[in-house]
Amino acid sequence: MTTPLLLETSAVAKAFGAVVALRAVDLRVRPGEVHALLGANGAGKSTLVKILTGVLRADAGAIAIHGRPVALRRPADAQGHGLAPVFQDPAMAPDLSVAENLRLTRVDVPAVRRHLSDMDLGQLDLGEQVRDVPLPFLRMLDLARALAFDPQLLVLDEITAALPPDLSERVFAVMRRWKERDRAVLFISHRLAEVRAHCDMCTVLRDGRDVASFVPAEGGEGQIVAAMLGEAATVVREEARTRSATAVDVGDTALLEARNIGAGRHLEDVSLAVRAGEVLGLAALEGQGQDVLFDVLSGNRKADRGELVVDGVTVKAHHPFDVIRRGVVLVPSDRLQALLPQRSIRENIAAPLFNRVTRWGPINGREEGRRIDEAVQRLSIDTRAASQVRRLSGGNQQKVTIARWLARGLKVMLLFDPTRGIDVGTKHQVYDLVRALADEGAAIVMFTSELREIGLVCDRSAVLHNGRIVAELPADAGESALLRAAHGLETVPA
Amino acid sequence: MSDVTPIAAATTEESTQVVAEIVRETVRPGWRTRLAEQPALVLAGVLVVLYAVTVWKDDSLLTVNGVRSILLLACPLAVFAASQTLCMLTGGVDLSVAMTANFAAYVAANQSGRGPWIALAMALGVGVGVGAVNGLAVGVFKVNPLIMTIGMASVLLGVVTVGLRGWLAGSTDVLDVVRTVGSGTLIGPLPTNLLVWTGISLVLVLGLRSSGLGRVIYAVGDNQIACRLAGVRVWQVLLAVYVLSGLLAAIGGLLFSGTTGSVGVDQTNSYLLPSVAATVIGGTSILGGTGGYTGTILGALILTVLNRLLLRLEVSEAFRQILYGLIVLALAWSYVRLTGQKVREGGG
Ligand SMILES: Nc1ncnc2c1ncn2[C@@H]1O[C@H](COP(=O)(O)OP(=O)(O)OP(=O)(O)O)[C@@H](O)[C@H]1O
Ligand SMILES: [Mg+2]
Repeated sequence: MTTPLLLETSAVAKAFGAVVALRAVDLRVRPGEVHALLGANGAGKSTLVKILTGVLRADAGAIAIHGRPVALRRPADAQGHGLAPVFQDPAMAPDLSVAENLRLTRVDVPAVRRHLSDMDLGQLDLGEQVRDVPLPFLRMLDLARALAFDPQLLVLDEITAALPPDLSERVFAVMRRWKERDRAVLFISHRLAEVRAHCDMCTVLRDGRDVASFVPAEGGEGQIVAAMLGEAATVVREEARTRSATAVDVGDTALLEARNIGAGRHLEDVSLAVRAGEVLGLAALEGQGQDVLFDVLSGNRKADRGELVVDGVTVKAHHPFDVIRRGVVLVPSDRLQALLPQRSIRENIAAPLFNRVTRWGPINGREEGRRIDEAVQRLSIDTRAASQVRRLSGGNQQKVTIARWLARGLKVMLLFDPTRGIDVGTKHQVYDLVRALADEGAAIVMFTSELREIGLVCDRSAVLHNGRIVAELPADAGESALLRAAHGLETVPA
Repeated sequence: MSDVTPIAAATTEESTQVVAEIVRETVRPGWRTRLAEQPALVLAGVLVVLYAVTVWKDDSLLTVNGVRSILLLACPLAVFAASQTLCMLTGGVDLSVAMTANFAAYVAANQSGRGPWIALAMALGVGVGVGAVNGLAVGVFKVNPLIMTIGMASVLLGVVTVGLRGWLAGSTDVLDVVRTVGSGTLIGPLPTNLLVWTGISLVLVLGLRSSGLGRVIYAVGDNQIACRLAGVRVWQVLLAVYVLSGLLAAIGGLLFSGTTGSVGVDQTNSYLLPSVAATVIGGTSILGGTGGYTGTILGALILTVLNRLLLRLEVSEAFRQILYGLIVLALAWSYVRLTGQKVREGGG
């Protein structure tokens, strides 16, 4: 090899108490390369990212940058060596404004602005409180912040998981630019299509080891999945619609109905209805009012106009409880909003059971244990670090946010990007689960930023643009039709 | 033993050592890891060592009376610390416990003419009432708990001071039943107030671990948004917590007045900060979400013994205070270090 490797790790290992996250990982990233780091949930990707960026210290192994061994003891060391990360979870304090957050990290704010406007996001208001900024924009801010360090190696941990197609495209453009400048990107994603389209090389981790390294565009998804899941790969079926033929008859009355709902600046006028046994897919580019719509449907926010009808009853929701008690439950876009990070998996999943004063008495441990085991199994949650969910990998945390409603039971499920951060193997389990819930008589509204999923799980879809539903399409309309509608272009009505 | 991890040869000498260490760690969890999982054991160890040191300065602690006096003094502290534990688990604190206790004890004594049950009910009613106001302010009106309860403490001081010239004037006879419970002896070194303390401990330890209210208390301390999205009405939880806190404070005040046989406007005030300290030493996070009452019990015992030790040292009162403060800080710090309890862990 003529050019030295930009990054080389050998036998990097890391354990958290009894949980071994990385056993021995060798990773080689060349300059001018977009390198994908792949692996199932809990394979150790984020742990490796944290080691590379000085957040965690490896227990063993060596890291070399441009051929020279380096010690990455602190984030500042990594920065000094030209490594800049976007972590899996947004890294900004919610109570401060964006600008204040940037100042805290001593990043060059004008450079951040420049990168934002390069990505066509110059309109973002840095004075806004972080808690009011939608998650996708937070991710883009994290990206701009990382770019402002002008890194040799840009490390992106599942940045696209929370991004709709238009924003993902801008990330890919940045990756191409980095490549052209003969620098490199380490890219983590569970969306194999993205990986195949944009990555020159990939390394697959399984159980804390690197098990394969190859060009992802060659060889098909099957090869990647096989490397990621090992023997378990056979379980993943070919992608076919998992809709069962014996689905319950779609009833006449809607379980959940929104009538002319409007709220805030972003949601103009939305009407939709979902019936028992039905999965309605929602698609939209970023900022078309989908967050507000889900907030209203889940009772987390009052609508300015319009009516919410659950199972034939008009509901005036002052608190999410008002809709939850009628069986309408939410899996929110940002999983950190649904987790008790310091509590166990069990307590997290059981939490909604205690939302009424009448349930505050003694707990029947055995009954609770049974329900929770069932939910854990249904989603195959990795329980190795079960005592605190903050220690779970991102994908497993996401599963917990879904599981907490299974233990309770539900009539209508509102899913906002439910497979965000979940690996290919488990994604299919989630799709099956959604279909099974529908078959059991639930009504489901699922927003997804991965348009492919609409064809895979939904019965029909609606597209949101500028706070209105601009198109209703059959499930098999295809991604390009959805995308056209999402951009507000004319579509043939279904 | 099951999880032995072979780790490929590392490249540098330095990391080879680390490999050896990690292999050891994975083969058998290190003492640190194990202790971190058993914080109560660590605290119990600290208590034993401290007790031994104190015996060396004051051998009366080996007598029945010595043990009894420690338990007698630790009891009100542990009851006030129970209030703090509940509040702190939700991320709050109750700095009005001492004044609530004084007020409740005063009311019980003052109304003793109406018969013991009515007087007791009125005293406990004071605790519940104060707690309800605190709880509504914190839960519904989102007043910062620190500010609310400090404010409440000065309001109560005012109320009692004014009351003494009017409706609280007259009798200050501590009720017989309070006196018996507060200063009697069960058997050997065990004071009667231990009965009350044991009852409270059982309810708290079991309740926090396996009741619905216990679960939502931890949940509220951990993430209020997640609670809201799960349909938990946070204000209800906070109201319940501050009411319980006020009730416990009233019980603590009664116990104390039974022990001393008197009531006074500020008689339990010196317990206020130790009640917070006992909770923190016991491993409950000030930010909420983790901890429990078992640690607090040990924390209260540790502080009581420590106090005794410092009283035996021939140093000035000011120096004693400084020493006390430093030791409390050191204990709290080492606890956090040992259990790796962190404010927040980096993303991922
Ligand atoms: N602080 C911690 N304490 C204990 N275990 C931890 C901790 N952090 C991570 N782990 C464990 O290490 C393993 C690897 O986690 P990691 O976050 O690296 O996975 P990942 O590959 O990023 O998965 P995902 O695709 O779900 O994000 C998991 O089993 C996780 O539970
Ligand atoms: Mg991860």
